[in-house]
Amino acid sequence: MSEEASVSRRRFLAVATSVTGAVGLAMTAAPFIASFRPSARAQALGAPVEVDVSKLEAGAMVRVQWRGQPVWILRRDPDMLARLGDHAAALRDPESKESIQPGYATNATRSIRPEVLVVIGSCTHLGCAPVEKLQPADAELGADWPGGFFCPCHGSKFDLAGRVYAGVPAPTNLAVPPYRFVGDSMIIVGEDTGAGA
Amino acid sequence: MSAVRGGTAGGSRGGRFAQFIDWVDERFPLTAMMKEHVTEYYAAKNFNAWYVFGVLALLVLILQVVTGIYLTMSYKPSAEDAFASVEYIMRDVEWGWLIRYMHSTGASAFFIVVYLHMFRALMYGSYKSPRELLWIIGMLIYVALMAQAFTGYLLPWGQMSYWGAQVIVSLFGAVPVVGDALVEWIRGDYFISDITLNRFFALHVIAVPLALMILAVVHILALHTTGSLNPDGIEIKKYKGPDGIPLDGVAFHPFHTAKDLVAIIVFAIAFCAVIFFAPEMGGYFLEHANFEPANMLKTPEHIAPVWYFTPFYAILRAVPSKGWGAFLMAMAIVFLFLLPWLDRCKVKSIRYRGWTYKVALAVFVVSFLALGFLGLKPASTGYVYAARFFGVLYFAFFLLMPWYTAREKTKPVPERVVYHGHH
Repeated sequence: MSEEASVSRRRFLAVATSVTGAVGLAMTAAPFIASFRPSARAQALGAPVEVDVSKLEAGAMVRVQWRGQPVWILRRDPDMLARLGDHAAALRDPESKESIQPGYATNATRSIRPEVLVVIGSCTHLGCAPVEKLQPADAELGADWPGGFFCPCHGSKFDLAGRVYAGVPAPTNLAVPPYRFVGDSMIIVGEDTGAGA
Repeated sequence: MSAVRGGTAGGSRGGRFAQFIDWVDERFPLTAMMKEHVTEYYAAKNFNAWYVFGVLALLVLILQVVTGIYLTMSYKPSAEDAFASVEYIMRDVEWGWLIRYMHSTGASAFFIVVYLHMFRALMYGSYKSPRELLWIIGMLIYVALMAQAFTGYLLPWGQMSYWGAQVIVSLFGAVPVVGDALVEWIRGDYFISDITLNRFFALHVIAVPLALMILAVVHILALHTTGSLNPDGIEIKKYKGPDGIPLDGVAFHPFHTAKDLVAIIVFAIAFCAVIFFAPEMGGYFLEHANFEPANMLKTPEHIAPVWYFTPFYAILRAVPSKGWGAFLMAMAIVFLFLLPWLDRCKVKSIRYRGWTYKVALAVFVVSFLALGFLGLKPASTGYVYAARFFGVLYFAFFLLMPWYTAREKTKPVPERVVYHGHH
């Protein structure tokens, strides 16, 4: 074999060995990178929660837990929905521009279906649990109270779409988690189709 | 020290100790290494007090490693036990309070010393050719130090640990496309949980310290390749005596080590004063909210990072968009890496540089301190506007640097270092 052929042969072998080594290294790195992802146990504990809302009466609310957070599901009656539009001037973020919710809940009722509200029941101020003051004209909150939620810790007020009032400590509306409907009766909290259905 | 002296000052070249050293030298380059890096490493004789912070940083690194090892012996990295195990260290472990306060004060001391070390480099042009790589390695140490501080702060599992980590980890959500997946990948869960705590512990006690120590060695090797600069910003290697030793240089040991020993004593006095009289430093070294266990359903009234992160936190909050805020926060550090190429001035030391750089550096220092102050305050409108103002100044220092340094009116630089001996 000529000297020249030997050199080019050696170069080929060096490149081939290096490339093989690099591929092997990348493949070995894969399990180590993937190992950082949530474990099977974490996935099971953080799995979406199914809630049957068929027996939820108009004006009633259920609480479920999802990923350590309280999630509220409220079925609003036509009266409640009608009152949502009459106090926009008193709200800090009436159109939910600065609040956390999926795109399909960035609307007037902050929900996929107008009657069913799904929010995380944790005050956006310091994470206290607000209490329901669903009926209008509350003794404590005044005659013009349209119904909503009141945080006893620092006095933050939210309406029946979880929208925060101006002039209270909470900076944003109650967050809406990702969720979707399965048929008419089931809600899956923690999972969505991206479009909202 | 005695290893070197044994051969020369001791007089008995053939003594047992010298024989032992010879035995070692035939198997490991002990004497050669001591000479290269300690007894025959020549640094300029005109060093001033700004040149002690490298040694102090090394001292604090060792202090953190030793106290850290002791803390891991009693600390439990689980959401269930972490907070109580820190209380156990403080109350029940023999001298546990001292070791923990040394570690927590050491974290702040590390940043104080490193910030002063970096400011020294900015003053005397220590980042300029041929020391670009030395500067970059140093910046990598700074980034590793930030990672170390951040992962360490979660471990006590207090309220500020938890919510601080929540805020910082969620910043990675601002990365386009992969943001949410990245946040999940970092946490290993859907919220900051026991899993996150456990992995931060692994990073804090193994991965990052290992990287820090390797980088520190590489930093010193790079320094000893180019040689240390000096307050005059001139290369002492240019003028060497017949023995090949720079005329303006003196051996690191015993000359610079003797001077560093004074700095170490002064540092130790200040350090002990903090440990014994103000270990929390009024809530700046240990935040008060962290004396309450982590509660994922209750956010503290006001979330502020520890003081050494606040300049960057202020930049983050000054920007009305989360994505751009996180981007600019990262750029505030990236620009520091680029310093050797942004500065076009050939003169290194501030002693001989023009007024433009002096003004720019003063503006930079003031804006850094102002941002640090603003980052501690709540994000009310006035503070946010002030943070925007100083944020613009901070970036102007870097962005305008190629212009104001290119046309700088410098003074003549002396050939040899300026040094007034004491008789």
